[in-house]
Amino acid sequence: MIDTTSTHSLAAAGELGQSIRTSSGRWKDRKNRLRFYNRAFRVICIASAIFVCMILLSILFFMFRTGVLTFETVSPATFFFSADWSPENESYGAFVFIFGTVALTALTLLISVPISIFVAVFLAEVAPAWLRNALRPVLDLLVGIPSVVYGFLGLTLLIPLLRQMTGYDLADGILAAAIVLSIMVLPTISRISDDSISAVPRKFRDASYALGATRFQTVFRVVLPSARSGILYGVILGMARAIGETMAVVMVIGNTPQLADALFKPTSVLTSNIVMQIPNVPFDSTWNYALYMMGFLLLVISLVMIVVIRVLQKRGAKA
Amino acid sequence: MSRVNQVKNRLFTISVWVVAACVILFVFGLLFLILQRGLPSLTWDFIFGLPSEIEEGGGIGPALFNSFYMLFLSMAIAVPLGLASGIYLAEFAPENKLIGFVRICVEGLASVPSIIFGLFGIALFVEMFQLGLTIIGGAVSLAFLNLPVITRVTEEAIRSVPGELKNASFALGATHLQTIRRVLIPSSINGIVTGICLASGRAFGESAVIILTAGVTTSGVMWDFNLMSPGETLAVHLWYVQSEAIVPDAQQISQKAAAVLLFVVLAINVVFRIPLWIRERRFR
Repeated sequence: MIDTTSTHSLAAAGELGQSIRTSSGRWKDRKNRLRFYNRAFRVICIASAIFVCMILLSILFFMFRTGVLTFETVSPATFFFSADWSPENESYGAFVFIFGTVALTALTLLISVPISIFVAVFLAEVAPAWLRNALRPVLDLLVGIPSVVYGFLGLTLLIPLLRQMTGYDLADGILAAAIVLSIMVLPTISRISDDSISAVPRKFRDASYALGATRFQTVFRVVLPSARSGILYGVILGMARAIGETMAVVMVIGNTPQLADALFKPTSVLTSNIVMQIPNVPFDSTWNYALYMMGFLLLVISLVMIVVIRVLQKRGAKA
Repeated sequence: MSRVNQVKNRLFTISVWVVAACVILFVFGLLFLILQRGLPSLTWDFIFGLPSEIEEGGGIGPALFNSFYMLFLSMAIAVPLGLASGIYLAEFAPENKLIGFVRICVEGLASVPSIIFGLFGIALFVEMFQLGLTIIGGAVSLAFLNLPVITRVTEEAIRSVPGELKNASFALGATHLQTIRRVLIPSSINGIVTGICLASGRAFGESAVIILTAGVTTSGVMWDFNLMSPGETLAVHLWYVQSEAIVPDAQQISQKAAAVLLFVVLAINVVFRIPLWIRERRFR
């Protein structure tokens, strides 16, 4: 009879909402006016969509074009695998920063993922309803706190604390940055994992309990495995945030281009290096091109992660 | 065997409670600490005062003003464009490869590191248009940063409106525009406003993009509406005072600036969502 799904299909959508097709012919009568508004609105929407696309494409284009100019003077092998970054002496090896970003992200996830999953399990499975309803909006609010505030906290609280605990003169480094980032990505990962754990159908849990399983067994053998793809999605989003975070990292990492082979050693990552150096560099120099290449690298990494998320979601939808 | 399971289960429940309580108390403690160290010593002189380069007692007036000014400018650009293109993607766009690609692009750029938009802003405004570090450059770069976010949120919110509502509207003889205006947008307004709130909080607290495109100085005058003056915002000022400036009371200034920043971001989120909560109550 009435097919409610038909609006989703295109042909039906094209026919519906066209109730003003027939008109009495006079200009400026109501039907013509409505038709004009509809057309104009459609054109405005199309124009803004095209504008948005153009901006997005021009970002890709600009970053790539400027970044690729690096390779006129520096060979890709040097850029990617040399650890010597001293632009004053014309040596542009970005390995230190690439390695720093990878190491920092890994360390951040190592700290934040287990804790976030605990918090998510707490929210979805263990906490009483009133506490859950109070905490969820608050965690959402935490996502919006500016990163520079976290950086400020790291600089004024965490670093003195680490200095005291370890006895080093300089506590700046990858561990301090990883702790700050972990606090930052924690709300993101735990809220998304919470949502996906809550979305596991009730009958799965009932079945598990009916087999005599305890809550511990139910959570670890049934609920978490079936919420796997959602949790992974949250982790990837957190990872994207950790890779791209700039100011919070700049304030605690020390900003020295040396390899991050120890937890307490001032180092530098892609983002922090870009933001610290680019204001003082002339635009048409290899130095600047190298910084743009590093930016392009970040762009590619995060786009790849989005594609991975898409694939995961598709697979999740099928399963 | 079942004894062991019981114990494990008990341990598990306890550890979940303990970890969650620690994390939540810890995060709240941090936020409370910021507000508690900064808010009590706030004065109007500090909030509206001019910053000083060398002596102590500088305020954050121009930086705070720039923050709001840039937020307003960037939202004035990003919200209409984002809404319109979100509506396009949800309602008008044909289902083909090209649109699929556009969707992936929008989604990708919604989570691209903000510093990329800063680099783009430099290439566009500082280099191509030769404007230097200006408020308008910063505001437009911020708008670009938020454009994909708002587009995506709008598209998702409108798509999640049940098909029955749309059918009912069409059945009453409404045109497509009338349906979008009177049915689709009102029923998805909750998601859209939440998204815009998140985006404005992000714009208000964003610092990397501003440092690159609007600089770390202000024009030194309060209420400076000139689009071409340098536009340091509060978030940038917080970083600048803490790491680069030489004023003796940097610690106090940054504590108070952090409290103000946090307070405003929380206020944006709460104030904009209160009408939604009230609306939801009424419809229940």
